[in-house]
Amino acid sequence: MNNTAQLLQNNKKKILENWMQNQLADEALRDDLISNEELRRQSDELLNGLATATASGNVENTYAPEYETVTEILSDISITRARQGFTPRETGMYVLSLKQAINQVLEEKLSDQPEQLYKELSIINKLLDNLSMITFDTYIKGREEVILRQNDEINEISTPVIRVWEGILALPIIGTLDSARTQVVMENLLLEIVNTGSSIAILDISGVPAVDSLVAQHLIKTVSATRLMGAECIISGIRAEIAQTIVHLGIDLSNIKTKATLANALQLAFSMRGVEVKKTARYTGLNLNK
Amino acid sequence: MQIVREQDVVPFRNRVKEFATKIGMSLVNQTKLITAASELVRNMLKYANGGKILLEIISKNAQTGVRLTFIDEGPGITDIKQAMQDGFSTGKSLGLGLPGAKRLVNEFDLKSKPGEGTTVTVTHWKNGR
Amino acid sequence: MDRIPILKMGQFLLVTIQVDLYDRLALNLENDLINMVSKTGARGVLIDISAVSIVDSFMGRILGNIASMSRIMDAETVVVGMQPAVAITLVELGLTLQGVYTALDVEKGMELLHDKIGTIEHPEDEEEEAPHDDID
Repeated sequence: MNNTAQLLQNNKKKILENWMQNQLADEALRDDLISNEELRRQSDELLNGLATATASGNVENTYAPEYETVTEILSDISITRARQGFTPRETGMYVLSLKQAINQVLEEKLSDQPEQLYKELSIINKLLDNLSMITFDTYIKGREEVILRQNDEINEISTPVIRVWEGILALPIIGTLDSARTQVVMENLLLEIVNTGSSIAILDISGVPAVDSLVAQHLIKTVSATRLMGAECIISGIRAEIAQTIVHLGIDLSNIKTKATLANALQLAFSMRGVEVKKTARYTGLNLNK
Repeated sequence: MQIVREQDVVPFRNRVKEFATKIGMSLVNQTKLITAASELVRNMLKYANGGKILLEIISKNAQTGVRLTFIDEGPGITDIKQAMQDGFSTGKSLGLGLPGAKRLVNEFDLKSKPGEGTTVTVTHWKNGR
Repeated sequence: MDRIPILKMGQFLLVTIQVDLYDRLALNLENDLINMVSKTGARGVLIDISAVSIVDSFMGRILGNIASMSRIMDAETVVVGMQPAVAITLVELGLTLQGVYTALDVEKGMELLHDKIGTIEHPEDEEEEAPHDDID
């Protein structure tokens, strides 16, 4: 067993005490987000892992299998912290304060052997710097997961399928259509077609800022998929500039029913279903007494 | 998994489905993956009289996915670029197998040497689109 | 050898595919179905694939074949009940089943077939049921 590991092992208790003190003394400690016992449990676990890992003799390469437990504990801590709303500074401080704690113990123990002290200090510094890098990595990963999830949620809510009439669905698309979005749109639309037994779907693209060949391809795909299910698809809300780009790009939409406005599309849908909308007796104003 | 007969295809599809369900893949993505697998198995049976398929669950960058590796010792493909084109087929089929399978999965890799066989690796992520 | 049962309902033939097909089974179905059409002089074929979770290019081709073959024998083919996931996959695959009529369920499929046979003399006013051309 090497020196570093021995030192860690023998002085585990002391280090943990120091570490806890450092953490508690830090103003950035978020006792609103984590309880002292929880913090102590986490810290103890991590320190144990570190002692076991260094016992292998490897004190440099934190990607080696001996460090898997340590890395795992650290990743766990950083990810939970990222979700709980800790700042990266607070998460980083957690590991860096351990460095301080170990250094304190080292200084005490090796005060009469400066050379040895220096060696151990630099080993510990290097090791813990590496570990704190890992916390940053995983912290950011944790945040990224949050963003991804939100992205999915936005995709989910931004594609409502509206039942406008018996057998007629409308789907206003707002924002850019990329392939991920198209898949969500397609899935929602097709599921809704099955659920409601609708035979006509109106895709309104007045909220789509631009239609390039890729977006057009996505639209064509959606229309084809609807047809395979046995329903018809009408695309509405084609603005003048969109019509222009479509023609300039040479995109062929001639096989797809297109209408300028949602109202026109609805009219077409009505006539396809044999529904007639008529004006009845004139509207005479609201009767407030009733 | 060994594939030598046509009847092996259905159990193989079920295995793929099992894997995809295990990691919680959505129905649409499952269907895409299984369809792609089905195309590739057919190619393997038709042109190479069967072969081996490796199924694995992999994870990378916080993503989980299913990877399928199709290994055969058939005649191989002489012109890969041509084989990847829509509508090209040396057999009498639609010629959608390889290019279609590529469109259905997230990652597609084809290696082939004429006379030695073909290896196709496809990966589909859990929430891959 | 396994076979898919074919039911005769008046002028129509009804096939419900309940299992995932492997290629031989699909080929048998194609054969049986075409033979049935010629034997019974059926005017329409209804294929229900609502229980099918996978349609790959081979299955797609079989469906297309059945449609074209029966059309030559003066029968229309309607494929009904395709799962959304299957439809999306087929489109990504690049297969739009040209020449095959589709409907949401058996009931709508029947309606469509009746319609087709009734209006066969005025093909110009069947806008809604126009054959689905390949638009890719």
